Amino acid sequence: MEKLVFTRPRYMKKAPFHYCPGCGHSIIHRLVAEVIDELGIGDKTIGVPPAGCAVLAYDYFDVDMGEAPHGRAAAVATGIKRILPDKIVFTYQGDGDIAAIGTAETIHSANRGENITVIFVNNSCYGMTGGQMAPTTLLGQKSTTTPGGRNKDRDGAPIDLSQMLALTQGAAYIERTAVNSIKNIIKTKKALTKAFKVQMAGIGFSLIEILSPCPTNWKMSTVDACRRIDEEVTQTFPLKVIKDETA
Amino acid sequence: MNKKLLMRGSQVIGEAAIRAGCRFYAGYPITPQNELPEFMSGAMASLEGGTFIQAESEIAAINMVIGASMAGARAMTSSSSPGISLKQEGISFLAALELPAVIVNVMRGGPGLGNIAPSQGDYFQATRGGGHGDYRTIVLAPAHGQELADLTEKAFEYADRYRTPVMILADGMMGQMMEPVILPDPVNLDTLPPKPWVLDGAQGRPSRIIRSLILDTVGMEEHNWKLERKYKMISDEIPRAETYMTEDARLVVIAYGTAARIARGGIKRAREMGLKVGLLRPVTLWPFPERAIREMSRLVKDFMVFEMNTGQMIDDVKLSLEGRSNVHFYGRPGGVVSTPDELAKAISSLYYRQNLKKEG
Repeated sequence: MEKLVFTRPRYMKKAPFHYCPGCGHSIIHRLVAEVIDELGIGDKTIGVPPAGCAVLAYDYFDVDMGEAPHGRAAAVATGIKRILPDKIVFTYQGDGDIAAIGTAETIHSANRGENITVIFVNNSCYGMTGGQMAPTTLLGQKSTTTPGGRNKDRDGAPIDLSQMLALTQGAAYIERTAVNSIKNIIKTKKALTKAFKVQMAGIGFSLIEILSPCPTNWKMSTVDACRRIDEEVTQTFPLKVIKDETA
Repeated sequence: MNKKLLMRGSQVIGEAAIRAGCRFYAGYPITPQNELPEFMSGAMASLEGGTFIQAESEIAAINMVIGASMAGARAMTSSSSPGISLKQEGISFLAALELPAVIVNVMRGGPGLGNIAPSQGDYFQATRGGGHGDYRTIVLAPAHGQELADLTEKAFEYADRYRTPVMILADGMMGQMMEPVILPDPVNLDTLPPKPWVLDGAQGRPSRIIRSLILDTVGMEEHNWKLERKYKMISDEIPRAETYMTEDARLVVIAYGTAARIARGGIKRAREMGLKVGLLRPVTLWPFPERAIREMSRLVKDFMVFEMNTGQMIDDVKLSLEGRSNVHFYGRPGGVVSTPDELAKAISSLYYRQNLKKEG
């Protein structure tokens, strides 16, 4: 007798990903879709992807999706959630989007305690535009706009947005995870589940920062990119629960 | 009929918006329109299902409106000139995403920080789109308290009907002045046409996407032509202008908003001097009432455009006339408010220069 052990999640469309080989978005999409399914919220969830590699998330998630301008996802999500407080609203943003151009919208949404879930994918570069320096680019990391490596005196140091957000009173749950290993993928799914549950319980703003490999712009093999997260990225951005007001 | 009330302009807009079914307002403080968000904060708080958010920025405010509109609400934001510049990205997205929304611009002197006096310096920005890309914004230009109420109601109606942002172009004078007004009856939200495109969770239906990114050039071209067909329909259906004493006029002043009210005073004085002068007042600035102006050119050979700027609407007047009549200009930029006497002098000076006194 055959037993089905692996299939496309209910809330993923049958569409091939446009993401590069080795990119973490495909894994994170899958995890989000699984969590939406397992929590039984697929028919009341609205996703908000802004500009970035994952703006095309609406081609993959089989839930209502509304595009936001670059950086403005948290403001758009605020508008949706305030009108439809019983629905589940999440944003899906990259590090350039959320920690540079969208810093203000993100901080103030957290501070107001908007009851939304933010999925913050940190690959330490601007992926869609071709690998420029992001606010999260590590010191010394080469990018197309820091050809000699990021220099603290010239470019500033990488910004830890999650830690900043934890200072706001409205932030209920913030955790940083990664998708570079099976163990971390399982932890990420748990974190995403928790974040959505925080929203379902109406506790406040929840955010999961996910360290994600970008082999294309890091100019590395997938294996090396996953190793880099363990060896380098987590030194600046350690994996941990940053804030938990649910305990 | 509802009672006649004495109300400040910015509060008229707020009250009329709520009566038109507005349930979401987000804004950021800027003079001279602060009375509007202040009014909305109290009004929304006492309204079931009403939301007021003081946003962290103009940009956040317009994006909150995008979200509220996606979720199906009648939504509004307001600001004054420099703040409206910041909202332009969001207005371009509203047009591209085909989302209804109402944006109020209580214009002040500019460019830059300018001042807080009444001005009409944002005509180009309002009627040319303001933001990036190939789109249009419906622009309504109220001239007095009653029209602030009536056009606010219309703005929400047009926004929903055409799924596009609508701007109410007022100025500091209108926002501050108290005038008698009869407010329209509140709209019953349940009787509004359904919105079969909103994002409210895909219960019992396929999931929906509201997007503006169309990487395929042919697909993007199609989207642009689709928008253009809509703009053409709007241009056919809603242009509006009002005339005053034009029946025997040899000179017609073209002015909108506060300038049109000043012009009326100037024309009254000019008439007392025996000059045959009238007024044509565009109520919609986009679509511009081209036909009304073109038709008038059959009898009138001289038009005087009067604006509280250095000359912006004059371009649309010239385009409407296509060389059929003479177009003259009188304007005061920077927040200077002309008096009716000043305008009467400008009218009579032009009248004699063009030899219009001569019987013919």
